[in-house]
Amino acid sequence: MNLVGNLFGSSIGRKILMAVTGLVLIGFVIGHLVGNLQVFSHPDKLNGYAHFLQSLGPALWFARISLLVCVAIHIWAATVLTLESKRARGGQAYGVKTWIQATLASRYMRWTGYVVLAFIVYHLAHFTLGTAQSATYKAALPAYKMAHDYHVLGFTVVPAGTEVLDVHRMVILGFQPPLVASFYLLAVGLLSLHLLHGMDSLFQTLGWRNSRWSQSLRNVVILACLAYFAGNAAIPGAVLSGKLSSESAAKSAPAAHH
Amino acid sequence: MVAASTLKTFSVTLRVWRQAGPAATGAFVDYPAKDISPDMSFLEMLDVVNDELTAQGIEPIAFAHDCREGICGTCSCTINGKPHGPGKGVATCQTYMRSFSDGDTIVVEPFRARAFPVVKDLVVNRAAFDKIQQSGGFITARAGSAPDANALPIPKGDADLAMDAAQCIGCGACVAACKNASAMLFVSAKVGHLGLLPQGQAERDRRVLAMVNTMDTLGFGSCTNQYECSAACPKLISHDFIARMNRDYLTASLRSAFKVAPANTGGGAA
Repeated sequence: MNLVGNLFGSSIGRKILMAVTGLVLIGFVIGHLVGNLQVFSHPDKLNGYAHFLQSLGPALWFARISLLVCVAIHIWAATVLTLESKRARGGQAYGVKTWIQATLASRYMRWTGYVVLAFIVYHLAHFTLGTAQSATYKAALPAYKMAHDYHVLGFTVVPAGTEVLDVHRMVILGFQPPLVASFYLLAVGLLSLHLLHGMDSLFQTLGWRNSRWSQSLRNVVILACLAYFAGNAAIPGAVLSGKLSSESAAKSAPAAHH
Repeated sequence: MVAASTLKTFSVTLRVWRQAGPAATGAFVDYPAKDISPDMSFLEMLDVVNDELTAQGIEPIAFAHDCREGICGTCSCTINGKPHGPGKGVATCQTYMRSFSDGDTIVVEPFRARAFPVVKDLVVNRAAFDKIQQSGGFITARAGSAPDANALPIPKGDADLAMDAAQCIGCGACVAACKNASAMLFVSAKVGHLGLLPQGQAERDRRVLAMVNTMDTLGFGSCTNQYECSAACPKLISHDFIARMNRDYLTASLRSAFKVAPANTGGGAA
């Protein structure tokens, strides 16, 4: 018996890998959302933040590779477990089969997972690589001159006057096509549904859940997923409804002082 | 006075899975079940239908049964898509015909899973559970006769929790209910039962590692935390035991990774 063999070779081990990688990815998507919500603030905020992240160099690549490894392990474990479970069910299906208490979110994990994967691919092509909607990609837009210093933990990481990529404008222009904004809304909705089962499930898989507090855990998970969806839907939603436009951002640019 | 329910009989249609043998192709066949008393158990109703079939020269429906009081785990019908029928916390033998209405069509199938091959009609081979048990669901050292009361201090809560797990009758409803045909509830009940008691501690790590390994080898699926198993369980064993086993498996894997093997395994005999 060895630890790595058990983690990758046994059914429970693979579930643990799914839970741990899922936990890392949950941490990432929450952090990512909090960072992105700066779009509702002065353009300095999101642009300074993006410039700061891009300037991290090796640390940025370490984070990117770690996240990609997590996604790869998560998908690999899900695929292997699903295939094994399908085989375990056997060739003859039930004539009648009813669900007793399985939640809706738990029954569509595979399908919500597929949409989330498609979303990740498009999202990276859209905002990271610039291969989708390249006309409004940050590198194709005029540079943005920082009006104020951008601080992280009290340190000035991007000083005023620095010319940076205009991520703020890219986000707003990127969500202009209603089809793109709608796809984002659908994808974050299904991602929230995926998290509704996943966040709860990982506690069970890691052995931390029991009936003493499972209902409280469930309530916290439901609230977290609703908040996550609301936060994520707000960005394309605000662009789609015209609340957030490049004109409104340009207007707020000279006025903002804080 | 005789209860009203015993006086009025009713009729249903049974849609039963008929399969002549393990390799034969099966199919659903409809049989009428006439003049059924609501107070009959599901198995008694099958007895009545079988009497009728035998009288007509038709091969009776093969179904597994033994104690007929919900403690042996032999009966194994999936009734209208739920193992052991519509009731909560009961086996097929404790499902009464009053759960159904006149004119109903009741679909009766065997517990299905690759690890539970059909023997005939509604009878499945659940020897896979025995193999899991044989790989670690016991205490190796002979425990002797009952020890003096309180010779081994066991907190009441732990003893009761161990008894919750020990209620498992090994019927396989958890596997039948699970979309993945996972045996996690069964295995976790066996692991949890012994793992909660002091007698089970010496072999706790070895037990969970061996039983999970056997479960995987026999071709059961994995857990997707939908908890259909605990809802279908005739003993309502909690899926909390699955969480407990997951934790046990992880800690046992960690500990075994750093465990030193003794140099002299002969114990002095060599």
